[in-house]
Amino acid sequence: MNGPPGVQDGFARSAGRQLLLIAVVSVVGIALLMFGLSWLSGGARISKGIDAATGTVTLALADEPPQLDSTRSTDTISGMVLGHVTEGLIRNGDGGKLLPGVAERWEITETGATFWLRPDARWSDGKPVTAHDFVFAWRKTVDPKTASEYATIFFAIRNAEAINKGQMPLTSLGVQALGDHVLRVELIRPIPYFDKLMVFKSFNPIREDFFNATNGRYGADADTLLYNGPFKITRWVHGAHLRMEKNETYWDKARVKVNVLDFPYFSSDPNALINLYKDGKIAVAGLNQENLNEALVKRWQINRFQRGSVAYMEFNHRKGRPTANLHLRKAIQLVVDPDEVVYRVIKLPGNLPGRSLFPVWLDGVEGKFREEYPAKKIVPDPIEARRQLALAKKELGLNKIPPLTMLSDDGALGDKLTEYFQETLRRELGLEIRIDKQIFKQRLAKMTAGDFDVVLAGWNPDYPDPLTFADLFASWNSNNRGRYNNPKLDQLVAVAQNSTDVQTRMDAFGEIQRILIEDPPMVPTYEPGVVFVVDPRLKGVVRRVAGSDPDYTNVSIVEK
Amino acid sequence: MWRYTLKRLIQGIITVWFIATATFLAMHAVPGDPMSGDRAVSAEIRKNLEAKYGLDKPLSQQYVIYLGNLARGDFGISFTQQNREVNDIIREHFPVSATLGILAIVFASLGGILWGALTALYRNKLPDIVIMFFVILGISVPSFVFAAVGQLALVKLNDLLGFSLLPVAGWGTVSHMLVPSLVLGLGTMAYLTRLMRSSMLEIINSDYLRTARAKGLPATRIFTRHQLRNAILPVVTVLGPSIAGITTGSFVVESVFAIPGLGRYFVQAVQQLDYTVIMGTTVFFGSFLVLMVIIVDLLYGFIDPRVRLA
Repeated sequence: MNGPPGVQDGFARSAGRQLLLIAVVSVVGIALLMFGLSWLSGGARISKGIDAATGTVTLALADEPPQLDSTRSTDTISGMVLGHVTEGLIRNGDGGKLLPGVAERWEITETGATFWLRPDARWSDGKPVTAHDFVFAWRKTVDPKTASEYATIFFAIRNAEAINKGQMPLTSLGVQALGDHVLRVELIRPIPYFDKLMVFKSFNPIREDFFNATNGRYGADADTLLYNGPFKITRWVHGAHLRMEKNETYWDKARVKVNVLDFPYFSSDPNALINLYKDGKIAVAGLNQENLNEALVKRWQINRFQRGSVAYMEFNHRKGRPTANLHLRKAIQLVVDPDEVVYRVIKLPGNLPGRSLFPVWLDGVEGKFREEYPAKKIVPDPIEARRQLALAKKELGLNKIPPLTMLSDDGALGDKLTEYFQETLRRELGLEIRIDKQIFKQRLAKMTAGDFDVVLAGWNPDYPDPLTFADLFASWNSNNRGRYNNPKLDQLVAVAQNSTDVQTRMDAFGEIQRILIEDPPMVPTYEPGVVFVVDPRLKGVVRRVAGSDPDYTNVSIVEK
Repeated sequence: MWRYTLKRLIQGIITVWFIATATFLAMHAVPGDPMSGDRAVSAEIRKNLEAKYGLDKPLSQQYVIYLGNLARGDFGISFTQQNREVNDIIREHFPVSATLGILAIVFASLGGILWGALTALYRNKLPDIVIMFFVILGISVPSFVFAAVGQLALVKLNDLLGFSLLPVAGWGTVSHMLVPSLVLGLGTMAYLTRLMRSSMLEIINSDYLRTARAKGLPATRIFTRHQLRNAILPVVTVLGPSIAGITTGSFVVESVFAIPGLGRYFVQAVQQLDYTVIMGTTVFFGSFLVLMVIIVDLLYGFIDPRVRLA
């Protein structure tokens, strides 16, 4: 016998034939099984990214929209969907301009606002959008039972705060419908940006009879939401597929140039999305550091977009924290180089070096705020930084600064940034940094508890006015998690809040900017941006800092 | 047999209760909660929210309420997707994960048995060496690498062909399922191949095979009835945990191929501290795993009469 028993050639051949038979049978079996399973799952048509014949644009959604009830919605994905299927009193136009939405015209004073609603604004069931729908939605948002996280944005309206605390009835809210088409709002303090605020989704209308008929499931499914925007949701398979079709009852339907916005992919995986884009399945995709080069080689048209937010290093000012010392903060400020952060660490176009808490896009008196009130540029100066450090040690009575805890989000960028700061502070100042990486929610919880010396944080604007950034470090702001306390800054914030005079307000913001650089409660690092590619046949994709982003309501398909 | 089954089921329920309790405690021990967000909310709004979700009650009371709901099969409403019940999330997304998992297991077990038998037949010859090389590769390379490479290969393939032969991502048709399930099953397939190979080789030298040959049985009959059937036993043993492992561990593949499975919720819930979804998916997957192990133990008795279930 040759070889081990059982491996004679004849046996192996015959067994091999057996295996082949089994293999063939299994392949057929698997094929049948797969067809069966796909039949069970309902099957789906695979559409192209751009289909000019049917006017369909196929896109990906980062995730399932968590909440389409505008009174409770807080996230950006729901905001984007709501921006397409609903419309408030005022809507966003190009370049930060405001356009009439449901309101034809409006008048805003220091004590109130009046909106005249257009008679042709209709819900998707054909009934008109009236002032009563706004009154209902706004009362709903401040109702303590709704527990809306955005109730605070209504607090300038008469009695809103008291209602939210449960001290007054809902009907006492300072908003009334004078007939079907006039809406009257009473304000307890002037809000110079009240018109910009009206774009925000929390101020959208909701019709009472429809809301009540959904039995608490308003916005949970395609058929439990009422639409008054350019599109309406016609299919929504949770977590998998969302389809918007042109809303024929929309008053300005002439501006809608495509028939369908289809979102059959729910994914935020940048590689999956770019692969779908390459395969012609979706029309828009974001780029990351890894696939940027490929995009450049392929000469794709690359778009940049500044998110409007600001990333910074925030210090803890609580008693006993070394970072409560001004000289230590100055020392750190003098060695952190935003240029290096952007060009050598992040290395992605679209990001800007951080110079101020106020990002570049904010409007000033006439032009851009940052052009009218330039932020003093901090040039890295290790020698001065070491002098400041010596002063800090003297004031604190320490020979050596104890190790500082740097709190940060986990993830690829968080890793790079913390390592860069750790190394820079060690090299230039001999400071020991202990990195504490946490998932987002835990980072926030630790920030709120004051469990850090330095935290890598950031801020997204709520509305396009410098105030959304300016009050961040006011002593009474609960988002001021480092407990920075500067009466001068508080006073300036109060000036900006209570004035409607543009010059007075901007001067106050300019002064706040100066304080934030000279007595730094934080060091700006960068203004985050994104780069993305758009199918060349798709025109009119708009990105917005505040409000629904991206905005596809005005897109059109051009044949090459 | 029935007494054994009952005993195992009771043990299973205790295991699941333990999983539920441990998850509940661990979840509340981490800093933060589902309501902590980007914006600090005022004390009033926070109070309203806590009251709405019953988080204002002491932890022990929350635990009792939670166990009561669990016993009724009610996992509550998701914190992040506030209009969806956790039961709905599981009902809508588990079938997708299960489909993917079943296909992956079918690929893995059939492939594993076939390749394993083949390598044993051609021990130390070329087919064996080539297959075992890929087996080592399959065991050592993590699934996210396979997923990424698989997707890239699809892009290149479609690019080369000039039309979309197979979709690079998404879900819904047969063509969507093929590559993800293959990728998902690869690791298990490699593992099963190795297991099958060693178990085949063990049997080749056994007395009953020599007897069968001595009786003059045809080679094909010896191979299928005596060798394959006996060699499959260890494979069946690991199949149970593998099914649960593959079905619950598909997060990476689901994410790369944009597949709307339950894996995404399983992982995201932890990041978002979505208490109800964390509890729901963990308890669900835990029960699933326990059930699979019990089923395999029971099946074992059918395949191998020597194993007596008293």
